[in-house]
Amino acid sequence: MSATERRPALEEIRGPSAIGGGARRFLDLLRLTSVTEFKLGYHGTVLGFLWSFARPLLLFAILLLVFTQVFRLGSSVDNYAPMLLLNILLFQFFSQATEQALSSVVRSESVVRKMQFPRLVIPLSVVTTNLLHLAFSLIVVFAFILAYGVTPQWTWVLFPLALFALIALTTAVSMLLSVIYVRVRDIGIIWAVGSTALFYACPILYPINFPGAPQQFKDLIMLNPLTPIFVQIREWIFDPNAPGAVESTSGRPWLLLIPIAISIAICVAAPIVFSREAPRVAEEL
Amino acid sequence: MLSVPEPERRDVAIEVRGLVKSFRMPTQRVDTLKERATNLLSRREYRELQALRGIDFDVYSGEFFGIVGRNGSGKSTLLKLLASIYRAKAGRIRVAGRIAPCIELGVGFNPELAAYENVVLNGVMMGLTPREARSRFRNVIEFAELGDYTELKLKNYSSGMLVRLGFSLMTQVDADLLLVDEVLAVGDAAFQQKCMDAFARNHQEGKTIILVTHDMATVATHCDRAILLEGGEIVHEGDPSAVARHYLELNFPGDRRPVEGVDVPISGHSSEAEIVDATLFDTEGEESSSFEQGEPVVLEVTVRATAKLTDPVLGLEIRDGDGTLMFAPPPQPLAEEGTLSPGDTVRLRGRLANPLASGHYFLSCGVGLGSGAPRPIAFRKNAADFVVFGTRGFRGLVELDFTAERVPVTEETKA
Repeated sequence: MSATERRPALEEIRGPSAIGGGARRFLDLLRLTSVTEFKLGYHGTVLGFLWSFARPLLLFAILLLVFTQVFRLGSSVDNYAPMLLLNILLFQFFSQATEQALSSVVRSESVVRKMQFPRLVIPLSVVTTNLLHLAFSLIVVFAFILAYGVTPQWTWVLFPLALFALIALTTAVSMLLSVIYVRVRDIGIIWAVGSTALFYACPILYPINFPGAPQQFKDLIMLNPLTPIFVQIREWIFDPNAPGAVESTSGRPWLLLIPIAISIAICVAAPIVFSREAPRVAEEL
Repeated sequence: MLSVPEPERRDVAIEVRGLVKSFRMPTQRVDTLKERATNLLSRREYRELQALRGIDFDVYSGEFFGIVGRNGSGKSTLLKLLASIYRAKAGRIRVAGRIAPCIELGVGFNPELAAYENVVLNGVMMGLTPREARSRFRNVIEFAELGDYTELKLKNYSSGMLVRLGFSLMTQVDADLLLVDEVLAVGDAAFQQKCMDAFARNHQEGKTIILVTHDMATVATHCDRAILLEGGEIVHEGDPSAVARHYLELNFPGDRRPVEGVDVPISGHSSEAEIVDATLFDTEGEESSSFEQGEPVVLEVTVRATAKLTDPVLGLEIRDGDGTLMFAPPPQPLAEEGTLSPGDTVRLRGRLANPLASGHYFLSCGVGLGSGAPRPIAFRKNAADFVVFGTRGFRGLVELDFTAERVPVTEETKA
C-alpha cells in the first residue's frame, strides 16, 4: 500500500463508491461483517451454533407431518420428504437474504453517512451470512437425504452448479433491492408479496410435473428464474427419471430462454444500478 | 502550541479546488409509488440547496487545521466530502496519504459485541488489516483505560467509555490525515486532556489533523490555521484567533463591527464633556477586540472637558448582548485636582480581570459629576465592544473562583 511511503503524492479522491477503499479492505470487511452477523444470529441462545443443525431438523419434522400425513401429496413423488426439505431451505436462503438485504443499506445508515464504507459490502454481507446458515443446513440435509435412503448418483456433483446459479441470482436481486429501497420505499412491500408469489410459482412444494396442473400454469411457472434451478436439483439429486429443466418445457425448449434471459438481465443490471446509485446513498438516506 | 502560521511552504496534504456540493431537495418529499404516480404528470420540483459554493484551500502536511462555521455553513458537508462520504458536484479534492475514513467516533460499533470484536471490526473499517487490528487491541484498550471492561458488551458501556474506545481506536489506525468532527466536547476533563495530548502527539508525529468544531478555544490554542465557512463559502482563512473572532462575530448577527458608540444626550449637559475614545487592548498592549476566557482586558477611555468640571468621574458598564449588566466598577475620578478646565483631555487606563463566559460584550462609558451619586453629564452607549471566546467548561455568566477536593467520608455518614 502507498500508505507506507514517506512522501505520498497528491491523489484525487473520487468520493464514495460501491467498492471504495481498496479490494483488500472490501474483502476483509465482507468477511468480518458476515461472520459477525452469523455469530450474532444465535446470540444469547442456549444451543447457540447448534441451531444451525437443529433448525432444519425441526422444519423437516413439520413438513414431513404436514405433507405426508395430512395432505398425502408426497406419496406420489419419490423422495418427496427430503426434496421438500432441501427445496425449502434453498428458497429460504433466497427469500431471507433478499428481504434482509432490501433494508440493509437503510439500516446501516450511520455507517453509510459517517464513514467511507464500501457500500457493496452491506448487501453482500447479508447474502454471505445467509449463505453460511445455508451451508450448515446443507450438511444436515445431505445427511438426511442419505439416511432417507436416496442413492447417491454421479449427478450429485452437479449440485454446486445449481447452487451457484441460486447464489448469483440472490446476490443480484439483493444488490438491486438494497439500493432501490433507498429511493423507493414501496419496494419493501412489493417484495414481501413478490417473494411469496415466487415461492408458489416455483416447484418447491410440488413437482413441476404435478398431475392435473393446467398447461398455462406450468408455462407461467417456467417464467420464474428460480424454476429451472429447482427442477434441475430434483433431477440431479433425487430422481434421475424426473423431468429436467428442458423436459419441463413440454417440448418447447425455447421457453427456457425466458427465465435464463431474466436471470442474466438481473445479474447484469445489478452491478450497473448499484454502482450508479452507490455514491448517492449517503445523501438520499 | 499556539504557533503562528509558519511562513515556510510545506507539502500540500489536501488540495481543494473549486469544490461545489449541492443537494437536491424535493420541494415535496416523494417517497411512495402512489405519490410518484400522481406526480408523474406534474414535473417533480427540486430545490437546489447549495451547501458549498466553490471553495479553494490547501492544508499543509503536518498541519493542525481548523474548520469552523455556524450550523448550516457547510462545514460538515466539507468534512464528508473529504472523507469520501459524499461525492462533489464539481471541483476536486486531492489528498496526499491515507485519510481516516471516519468523521465521528464509534461509527460502526456493534453494541451486541464486546470490545475485542468491535476493535477488530472497526479497525478494519478504518483501513487496518485484520491482523494489524488484532495486534493493536492491547494498545487501544490501554489508551482508553478500559482494561477492566474488555469482556463487557458495548451496549453496557457508558457513553464516555464508548467515546474513549472510539477515540483510542482512531489514534491507533495508520492514517496520515485525521478528520475530527466535534469530539473534544465529550468525555470527562481528564480524557479531554488526553485527547488533546493525543492529537498533539499525532500532530508532532507529522500527521495532519483537520478539526471541525464550535469550540473557539480549541481552534485558537491548537490549530495552526483555520478557515471560517459561512453560507458555503470561505469568509476567513488563516490565523486561528482571527478566525475565532470572526466566528464569534457571526454568532451575533446584527452587530456590524466596529460598533458605533452612541452618545446618549443628557438634558442640560450636552456640552460639558465629551467621550473622545474608548479602546481595548490585550495585556501586551496590542489593540484587540477578542479575548480568551480569563485573559484580562485593558481599556483606555479618553475624555475631554468642554466646560469646567468639578469632581468629574468616569463610569463604566459592561453589558452582554442581551443588555444584561455584567459589571460596573465604582465611579473612577477623572481629575487629579478635583476639577477639569475646558479643553482638558484625560485618559484613564483600566484593567479588567475577565471571568466572563463566551460571548459578545459592550462597554459603555459615562461621565458624571460628584463623588457620591454622580450626576451624569455625558454617556456613550456601546463605546467599545469585545468578544470573549473559549470554553473553560463552566456554565453561567461568569466564572467564579472554585476548587473542589475529595474528603474522607465520616463513619456516621456511611452508616
